[in-house]
Amino acid sequence: MRGRSTAAPAGSRAANICGPERSRRLWCGAMEELDGEPTVTLIPGVNSQKKQMCFDWGPGEMLVCETSFNKKEKSEMVPGCPYIHIIRKDIDVYCKILRKLFNESHGIFVGLQRIEEEFTGKSRKAQLVRVSKNYRSVIRACMEEMHQLASKDFVTSGMFSISILSAMELIWNLCEILFIEVAPAGPLLLHLLDWVRLHVCEVDSLSADVLGSENPSKHQDFWKLVTILVLQGRLDEARQMLSKEADASPTSAGMCRVLGDLMRTMPVLSPGNTQTLTELELKWQHWHEECERHLQDGTFASSPHLESLCKIMLGDEAALLEQKELLSNWYHFLVTRLLYSCPTVKPMDLHCYAQSSLDLFLGGESSAEPLDNILLAAFEFDIHQVIKECSIALSNWWFVAHLTDLLDHCKLLQSHNLYFGSNMREFLLLEYASGLFAHHSLWQLGVDYFDHCPELGRVSLELHIERIPLSTEQKALKVLRVCEQRQMTEQVRSICKILAMKAVRNNRLGSALSWSIRAKDAAFATLVSDRFLRDYCERGCFSDLDLIDNLGPAMMLSDRLTFLGKYREFHRLYGEKRFVDAASLLLSLMTSQIAPRSFWMTLLTDALPLLEQKQVIFSAEQTYELMRCLEDLISERPAHGEPDAQQLQDDDIETTKVEMLRIGLARNLARSIIKEGSLDGS
Amino acid sequence: MEEIYAKFVSQKISKTRWRPLSSGSLQTAETFATGSWDNEENYVSLWSIGDLGNVDSDGGFEGDHQLLCDIRHHGDVMDLQFFDQERIVAASSTGCVTVFLHHPNNQTLSVSQQWTTAHYHAGPGSPSCSSAPCTGVVCNSPEIVTVGEDGRINLFRADYKEAIKTIDNADSSTLHAVTFLRTPEILTVNSIGQLKIWDFRQQGNEPSQILSLTGDRAPLHCVDRHPNQQHVVATGGQDGMLSIWDVRQGTMPVSLLKAHEAEMWEVHFHPSNPDHLFTCSEDGSLWHWDASTDVPEKSSLFHQGGRSSTFLSHSISNQTNVHQSLISSWLSTDPARDRIEITSLLPSRTLSVNSLDVLGPCLVCGTDAEAIYVTRQLFS
Repeated sequence: MRGRSTAAPAGSRAANICGPERSRRLWCGAMEELDGEPTVTLIPGVNSQKKQMCFDWGPGEMLVCETSFNKKEKSEMVPGCPYIHIIRKDIDVYCKILRKLFNESHGIFVGLQRIEEEFTGKSRKAQLVRVSKNYRSVIRACMEEMHQLASKDFVTSGMFSISILSAMELIWNLCEILFIEVAPAGPLLLHLLDWVRLHVCEVDSLSADVLGSENPSKHQDFWKLVTILVLQGRLDEARQMLSKEADASPTSAGMCRVLGDLMRTMPVLSPGNTQTLTELELKWQHWHEECERHLQDGTFASSPHLESLCKIMLGDEAALLEQKELLSNWYHFLVTRLLYSCPTVKPMDLHCYAQSSLDLFLGGESSAEPLDNILLAAFEFDIHQVIKECSIALSNWWFVAHLTDLLDHCKLLQSHNLYFGSNMREFLLLEYASGLFAHHSLWQLGVDYFDHCPELGRVSLELHIERIPLSTEQKALKVLRVCEQRQMTEQVRSICKILAMKAVRNNRLGSALSWSIRAKDAAFATLVSDRFLRDYCERGCFSDLDLIDNLGPAMMLSDRLTFLGKYREFHRLYGEKRFVDAASLLLSLMTSQIAPRSFWMTLLTDALPLLEQKQVIFSAEQTYELMRCLEDLISERPAHGEPDAQQLQDDDIETTKVEMLRIGLARNLARSIIKEGSLDGS
Repeated sequence: MEEIYAKFVSQKISKTRWRPLSSGSLQTAETFATGSWDNEENYVSLWSIGDLGNVDSDGGFEGDHQLLCDIRHHGDVMDLQFFDQERIVAASSTGCVTVFLHHPNNQTLSVSQQWTTAHYHAGPGSPSCSSAPCTGVVCNSPEIVTVGEDGRINLFRADYKEAIKTIDNADSSTLHAVTFLRTPEILTVNSIGQLKIWDFRQQGNEPSQILSLTGDRAPLHCVDRHPNQQHVVATGGQDGMLSIWDVRQGTMPVSLLKAHEAEMWEVHFHPSNPDHLFTCSEDGSLWHWDASTDVPEKSSLFHQGGRSSTFLSHSISNQTNVHQSLISSWLSTDPARDRIEITSLLPSRTLSVNSLDVLGPCLVCGTDAEAIYVTRQLFS
C-alpha cells in the first residue's frame, strides 16, 4: 500500500489509498472490462481475517471502521481497533509543492474557459497552443522546485517524484504536438525533434564538459558527444565538433571534411522556406544516395567512429540500435530513425513506425511500461486510450482533468459520451474538483472547476460547499460569497443559520440577529427577538442598542422583530420625554396586534407612568382602548387547576398590578374627559 | 507597473505587511511579513526582496522575494502588524494575540509575548468560555489594541502580561478592524456598517461617537486613516464600496464610491503620498486610486466607463477659508474639478486578494491563490 497516515480529529486516524480507485472501477464497470486488478489497501490496526468492516462514502473520501459483527457466534472477544479511518483517494493533493501546480494551473484553466468567446479560427489555435505551453511551463517550474529541494537535501514528501512530473510533461508535450498543434508532414518531425531534445537534457552538460577541456577531441566522451548530437539531429554542432577533430588529427581531416559536408548539405525543412514537400523529398533522396555511395566506397573505412556516424545518418536500424544506451529510450530511437529514413513522415503513418520502433528497441528483452503504452496510444491518435491509460498510471486527477479539458476545447472529444454521468471532460473535472474540496485549504480552487461543468457541476458544488467547516466569520463570508454569486439560496440560508445558531450559543444576540437578517430567516429572527425581549424583562434594560436602533427596513423581516424595534423606539421616545408620541406608539403596538399577548401586561405596566404624569397624555378614546386591552387580557386568563404557593404569590402581584392599572386608567379617563370637555368648551 | 513579481508559496496568504523603515534611513522597503490562513498548519513568515536573489544564484531570478524565516502560528492569522522593527503582532482565529520577535543574526522568529485568551465568548449559563477569533490589531508603541468577533476591545502594552483596559460588549456585532485616530482615540468598524470612535480616557463601555452607513447597513471590513489629516478616514465594505468619512462632522460618509464587486478586504492610504489609495477585494482585484489633482486633463474611469460614483452632497463650503492645499482631495465633493484615476494592478483576475501594504514605491499583496505579488515601481 502506498499512502500515509495523518492525524484526523476526534481520535480517528486517516489512511490514504493512492490512486483514483473508486472511479476507475466505475469507469471499467461501464465499459465492461477490467484494466487490471484493483490495489488492496490495508487498514493499519484492523485484522481483516477476523473482523468485519463497514464503510460509508463521503464526497471525496470514505469512512471505514471495524464492526463488532462476527461470523462465528461464540468467539472470544478480541479487542478491536478503536479508530474510525478516513480513506482518501487523491493523496497527491497533499503534496506541498504540487499546491503550486494546482494554484497556478487554476489560473490558466479559468483563462482557457474564456477563450471560447474571444477567439476564433487561426488565432484560436494559437491561443490553445499557448495555453498548453503555459500548463507545461507550470509543470516544469514544479520540477525545478523539486530538483532544488532535492539538491538542498530536504526531505521531500516522498509520495510524488520528479520522474512522474517529467513523465507528465513528456506526455503533455507529445499530445500538444499531435492533437493541438496538429503539425502536418514535414514540420511534424521538427516538432518531434524538439520534443526529444527537450527531454534529454544531459547533452548540454556533456557538451560543456567536453568543450571546456584542454583538448576536446581527446576527451574520453568526445565521440559519445558527437554521436548524441547526430542522434538528436543537431548537425551544425556535430560539424563543429568534427572540425575540432580534423584540426587535431591531420590523418582523418579529409574524412571529417567529407562527413561534415554531408551534414551541412542534408536537406531540412526550415520554417521560413517555401519549398514543397515533394521538392524536399527529391533533394533528400539525392543526399541519401550520396551518403550511401560514400559508405559503399569505403570513404570512412579507416575510422569506425565516422563510419558508424554515417550509418546513423543513413537511418541504418542496426547502427542505431547499437547506440541504444545513448538513445536511452524507444521514442528517441523512433524520432532519430524517422529523421534519417523518412523525414516527411505523415501523421497517419506515425503509429506503424512507433510500434515497430518500440518492438525493435525492446527486442523482446523487456515489456512495455505504462508510459510506453501511453505514448504509443498518442502516436496512434487514440486520445481516449491516452486519457484512460494516464488515469490508471498516474495517482492524481490533475493531469487527465486538465489535458482532457484542453483537448475538449480543441473540439476533439465531442463525439464521446460515457455510459454514466456526463461526458468525459466533465467527469474528470468533477473528480479533480472533489479531490480539491477534500483538502483542508484547496476548496476555493475547486469552485471554479465545478462552475465549468455544465451538467453536474452545480449539484456537486452544492453538496461540497455545505461541508466546509466555518471556523471564522471571515471564512464563512468567503463561502457565502461563493454561494451568493451563484444564487444558491438554500446554501446561503443554511450557512447564515449555522452562524446565527453559533452566535446564540455564544450569547451574541446582536450578531445572531444580523445573520438571520442577512439570511432573511424570519423564524430565526423571531426566536432571537424573543431572547432580546426575555432579557429585557429580566434585566429591565436593552442590550445591543447599536443594532436595534439601526434596524431600518430590516425590521419588517418578522413581526416579533418589528415589535422589538418599535418597543425600543417607545423607550427612546419616553427617554426623550416625547410622551404623547410614546403613548400612541405604545397603544398601537397592542391594537395592531404586533405585540405578543404574553407581553401585553409589560406594555400596560409601561403605560402606568404615563398615566401618572401631571399633564394628560392619553386621550379619552385612547384610555378606553387601553381599558379594553386590559379587560381582554384578563378575560383570556385561563383558570388554574390547583395553584401552589408560588403561583398564589404571583397571582397576588398580578392582581395588585391590575388594580393599580384600573385606578390609573379611571383617573386618566376622568382627567381627559374634563380636559377635552373644557377645551371643546373654550 | 510593468514589473510585478508573483511567487506561489503553497499557503493561502491572509496578511502582508512591510517592515517599517528605521527613522531617517534612506533605504527602501526590503522586508515584509506574511501570515497564512485556512491551512492545516499556519505560519507567520518574513520575506526579503533585497538582492538576495542575485547572491543565491540558483534561488531564482532577480526581484523574486526570498523566505527569510517562519514560525508556526496556532490558528488562522487574522491580522498582522509590525510593532517596531523587530516585533510583529499577530491576531489569531483562536482569540490569541502573539508578539513575535525577529532575530536578524540567525534569522529566526520567536514568541516574545502572548495573550492566549484575549478574545472569548462567554456561553449562556456556562462559566467556561470558548475562544472567539481576534479580527484586528493595531499598534502604536507601546500600545496594542485588539478587536474580535466577541465585540470586545482590548488595550495591551507590549511589556504587560495583563490587559491595560478591556471593553466588554463594546459592540453587539462583530468588530472587523481597528485603527488609531489620534491617541488615545481609536476607531472601529463592525458588521452592521458602523464606524465607532472610542476614547480610552472615558469610563464605561460607550463609544464617544457613532457614524454609520444608511440603508442596507453593509458590513464594513477595513478602515484606514489619512496619514496627515487625521479626520479623514476611508473604509471598505462588504458590497465593495469605498467610503470616505470626515469624522469631525456628520454621521454619514462624505462620499461613497462604487468600487469592487465583492468584499473589500483592505484599504490603505499611501503613507507618504496620501493622494494615492490602494484597495483589494474578494473579487480578486487590486486597485490603485489616484486623486492627485495636478494633472487636470486626467481621464477618469468614473466619468468615462460604466462605473458610477455617488457623491453624497455633504457640503464643506463653510471651510473655504481654509487654505486650498489643506483640503484633502478625498473630501472634495466637486466631481468636475477632482477626478480619481483608478488603475488595476494585477495582470489577471485571481482568487481573493486578502491583503496589501504599501511603503514608498513598494507594494506587496497576498491572495487565496497562494501567491504573493510584489512591485517596486509603484509610481513609475
